[in-house]
Amino acid sequence: MNKKQKGKFGRFGGQFVPEVLMPAVKELEQEYERFRDDPEFKQELDYYLKDFAGRPTPLYHARRLSEKYGIKVYLKREDLVHGGAHKLNNTLGQALLAKYMGKRRLIAETGAGQHGTATAMAGANLGIATEVYMGAKDMQRQRMNVYRMELMGTKVIPVTSGSQTLKDAINEALRDWVSNVEDTHYLIGSVVGPHPYPTIVRDFQSVIGNEVKQQIMEKEGRLPDSIIACTGGGSNAIGTFYPFIADTEVKLFAVEAGGSGMESTDKAALHSASLCVGEEGVLHGARTKILQDPYGQILESHSISAGLDYSGVGPELAYLAETGRIKPANTSDDEALAAFHELSRMEGIIPALESSHALAYLAKVAGSGELGEIVVINLSGRGDKDLETVLEKGAL
Amino acid sequence: MRISDKFDELKINGDGALIAYVCAGDGDTTGIVHALIRGGADIVELGLPFSDPIADGPTIQASIERALDAGMNPDRYFEMVKGLGVDVPLVVMTYYNLIFKRGLERFVKDCKDSGITGVIVPDLPPEESGELGGYCEGNGVDLIFLIAPTTTGGRLEDILKRGTGFLYLVSRLGVTGARDDVAGSTKEVLDRVKTDKPKAVGFGISSGEQAAEIIKGGAQGVIVGSAFVDIIASGQDVVRRLEALAREIKSSLG
Ligand SMILES: Cc1ncc(COP(=O)(O)O)c(C=O)c1O
Repeated sequence: MNKKQKGKFGRFGGQFVPEVLMPAVKELEQEYERFRDDPEFKQELDYYLKDFAGRPTPLYHARRLSEKYGIKVYLKREDLVHGGAHKLNNTLGQALLAKYMGKRRLIAETGAGQHGTATAMAGANLGIATEVYMGAKDMQRQRMNVYRMELMGTKVIPVTSGSQTLKDAINEALRDWVSNVEDTHYLIGSVVGPHPYPTIVRDFQSVIGNEVKQQIMEKEGRLPDSIIACTGGGSNAIGTFYPFIADTEVKLFAVEAGGSGMESTDKAALHSASLCVGEEGVLHGARTKILQDPYGQILESHSISAGLDYSGVGPELAYLAETGRIKPANTSDDEALAAFHELSRMEGIIPALESSHALAYLAKVAGSGELGEIVVINLSGRGDKDLETVLEKGAL
Repeated sequence: MRISDKFDELKINGDGALIAYVCAGDGDTTGIVHALIRGGADIVELGLPFSDPIADGPTIQASIERALDAGMNPDRYFEMVKGLGVDVPLVVMTYYNLIFKRGLERFVKDCKDSGITGVIVPDLPPEESGELGGYCEGNGVDLIFLIAPTTTGGRLEDILKRGTGFLYLVSRLGVTGARDDVAGSTKEVLDRVKTDKPKAVGFGISSGEQAAEIIKGGAQGVIVGSAFVDIIASGQDVVRRLEALAREIKSSLG
């Protein structure tokens, strides 16, 4: 590859979408170019991020955790963002963009309901009609999140096709968009999908890494030795990593869900570790690493945390993993659960099960010296939503 | 048989083409294909089922799921196609990941060896199609592109240049699925797309009446899928009813 192609990260990324959508993704590309540096747009987004979402979030020195592992551990507190996760950074950005583009309707997909909830918040706040596709199975498992979205005026549409989970909700949202592209913005929830989504979502989530950089310089006068983030589609990970990509002395760890084992059956993987063991392919509009069978049929994924339970991963992460700039890793359901309890007890912070995978990586490798002396862990969300899951595991 | 030969043949008789879609592996595909051809199908588009078919509506999604559950896969697909023994052009319709995973070159060779002379990939826009297009050209296989009501300007010209076999005009915004009416956008797309290549209109056609209207509007063919798949899904008297519907539609295309 001698020249950087637009919308590609090395050979990853691209725009593999039905013809009906091509003009829409091109329009989005142009409109984003137009507004991303527009002073009025930026000022308005900054306002919402500050006064509505509660940014900046603290970079917190986890003292007891640091003592236990013999490394200085900082937690980036995205769990304190309105809604309880980093997801709102992106939904506010995209909803505002949709408003500037003159779109009258937002659609989104959601797995457990985190992105759906964040979309509902942005939609309600900006006064844009919002509909969220959610797998029928997920709706049953996450009744409270469905109700939260409904309280904010969002219509939640059950998806009964395929495995009735996140990947099918994305399929269904894409089908809706195909039918309504003229007045509808598809507000995708992670750095996945066709170009320009991976770039747009990365940019809106980069607020995390930009803050970390400033905060760590204030506190330590230097950059951290490593940064750890959990990785489903990869939006909190790339958002945290991106401002550090050129700082090659900072190690970046993308921790995927190792689930209940790194094997696969005929139709399903027991994990969601597409960066670690996925194979190259094309899913949901982008060339990336995917969990698939030898014929290219997409495998269902598994994780105890619904937010990491996805068969693909953002194309830019696939690229950065291949170049060696980021290191893919994974931690299992059980390791994440242990980390969930540990942070709750030791720091008085109940982490999301997604974020617990990043915390578990600290526990796993702290002894090896691999992480250096100062580590930043992105605490992508809070765990209140996960209490039922944890209780079911009969914990404590 | 090459697609262009079929359109040449139809042109002499002043006939429109009936292009019939079914998903391979949902029901007795060999029996189904023969029934469609007896009824008058000029070209058969055989779906190779993919787990995440984003361009398809509920009818064809369900058909794809049945086919996958019944064990259809690319190896079996090509094996089955080889044994069909039909003398109409066969076109494979599938999603890009299955082609990518098999290897582009191998996939196109498998098409050629099994008698398939056209490929339709709904999630492969022309911008990403260069490599597959190269293998198709080298093997005498047409790469067929879709044109949507939203396709305009330079992109439309690019598709008209690259597309071979026929141009697949999507008659409305949306996914596949049978409808009762002909969309207003159909005539508009037909008028707007100026080319010497044959134009076939698909998405939503289920009756002879609709098909006739589309041929009158300037198309050289119609693509009918969900209406056939509905019959297969019913499990009732499938072969006879498929043949009858194909005949009804075909007879209105003259
Ligand atoms: C708290 C939290 N962390 C992480 C994720 C995973 O998404 P991503 O990999 O895009 O950050 C989710 C998704 O819902 C989430 O809710």
